[in-house]
Amino acid sequence: MATSAHTIAAPARATTAAGSTTLRRKQGFQHGGWFVAPFLLLFAVFVIWPLLRGVYLSFTDANITGEGASFVGLDNYREALNDPLVWDSLGHSAYFTLLVVPCITVLAFLLAMLAHHIERGKWLWRLCFFAPFLLPSTVAANLWQWLFNPGTGMIDHVFGLQTPWLTDKSYAMLAIVITTLWWTVGFSFLLYLAALQGIPDHLYEAARLDGANAWHRMVHITLPMLRNITGLVIALQVLASLQIFDQAVVMMDFLPGPEGSTRTFVQYTLEEGFTSYRVGYASAISVIFFVIIAAVALARMWLLRNREESAR
Amino acid sequence: MTTKAWTPSQILLTLLGTAVSVVFLAPFAWGLFTSLKSETEAVEVPAHWLPEDWTGQAWKALFDSGNITNWFVNSLVVSVCVTSVVLLVSALAGYGFARTEFRGKNVLMGVVMAGLMISPAVLGVPLFTTVQQMGMVDTYWGMILPQCAPAAMVYILYKFFQGIPRELEEAAFIDGAGRWRVFFTIVLPLSRPSLAAVGIFTFIASWNNFLWPYMVTNNPDLMTMPNGIATVMNSYGIQWAQLMAGGLMAGLPLIIVFVFFQRQIVAGVAHTGLAGQ
Repeated sequence: MATSAHTIAAPARATTAAGSTTLRRKQGFQHGGWFVAPFLLLFAVFVIWPLLRGVYLSFTDANITGEGASFVGLDNYREALNDPLVWDSLGHSAYFTLLVVPCITVLAFLLAMLAHHIERGKWLWRLCFFAPFLLPSTVAANLWQWLFNPGTGMIDHVFGLQTPWLTDKSYAMLAIVITTLWWTVGFSFLLYLAALQGIPDHLYEAARLDGANAWHRMVHITLPMLRNITGLVIALQVLASLQIFDQAVVMMDFLPGPEGSTRTFVQYTLEEGFTSYRVGYASAISVIFFVIIAAVALARMWLLRNREESAR
Repeated sequence: MTTKAWTPSQILLTLLGTAVSVVFLAPFAWGLFTSLKSETEAVEVPAHWLPEDWTGQAWKALFDSGNITNWFVNSLVVSVCVTSVVLLVSALAGYGFARTEFRGKNVLMGVVMAGLMISPAVLGVPLFTTVQQMGMVDTYWGMILPQCAPAAMVYILYKFFQGIPRELEEAAFIDGAGRWRVFFTIVLPLSRPSLAAVGIFTFIASWNNFLWPYMVTNNPDLMTMPNGIATVMNSYGIQWAQLMAGGLMAGLPLIIVFVFFQRQIVAGVAHTGLAGQ
């Protein structure tokens, strides 16, 4: 990698003292191919290659062994677009994302404000709100599966209910959303907390001198200063939520939930790949999913650029 | 240290914080109390908070059934290996992209940034067939290596290295130090806080990773903690007290790690705050 750069450095030694200094300075920053090589090797083998392979497999009828696959052109894609389960599972992932993202963003902000403004025991609040995020997803899911258990669970006990949380179509996804809020809000909370601590105090002092009350300070200083971090929190949450898998399958005992109402897109892909052994078809679904994720990510970049331009 | 005054607004906020914390911690408490009940008491209706008959039998059964110590060791091996490899390769790559020149750098950087959008969830099936072809299904290699190419960590460190003043390195180059020496003796020590953050988040992600180990292992002896608890313990028909005990065991190490590192984080913040004044 980058072998040609070596030849440039060689004649430099013959030049004047001043000239060689600048060149040696530069030389320090030259031909750094070996620094990135180990990462690129892993990246090529475990990200790029599977991605290309997935695209290739999506045009075949490969099974799990990968042997005897033949080329079927666009058949998998045609089938996927007419497969109601593709649309259902995509809808479930999207519905989950639409519920989770706004709730987490608001909740994380409120918790961070609280933890930022309480003067005593800061580490304790931080630990309390962040602790659930430290649980493995499967443990959080098992725990809430137990809490939602009708009759014997904490939720029914505390609220005096008898709700078929995990067995009724209209509650199942809601139960997964509640679990996810509790489990993951800590991460966004920490991002907001760090951002709040980064706002310089003198802004607030100046506003106070100008007679701004707490509400004004929040609307005119805190919220605008948090705009970037809010963008980041939302973007990370959207991408993570679209890929929801763990909580849903564990809470539903590895089944697609009541009437298939919690089957998510990732889950459907794995069902096709590892249960039905249709690797070609599963790859086609993965490619569709990748295109959707990429579109969301690119849309975000485009929005950011537009906002920056309009800010000028 | 001066004790801060209890103003009315502070009392109100502290009460509010306490209430919210109770809500956040209640699920842990319910799980803990369940793990200290007998299996029959755990599923009694109506439910109650405290065990009437405190017993450690679920915890004992957990250890007697054997698998859990295996899972714990597997989790430890996988997470420590993943964290070490990720720290090494992403620090090197972040520095390479931030501070050195080589042919095709911008194109490669673009490819890595595109990698931010690709996760095992999207790659799942083809990644599995790739790992299968390499003969790494049901091996430590198969669990570890595919977790070792996180574009996000490279990006975080790349951004950090860009912020280090070039003059620090240039002075060393003039004194005759080579690139590698500069990297190990000047750049890495300066980056300790960033490396710690990358390390901690990689460790959490790897310890808690479910999807990839779920795909790549079928052998219960090779499973990691989250994996074994979710698949093996559930498959016997759920024994709630034991499941809660296992869950608490799987969650505890990271909570301890966080308590331990949080002090350092707080100390670090205080230190930079002092330095800024």
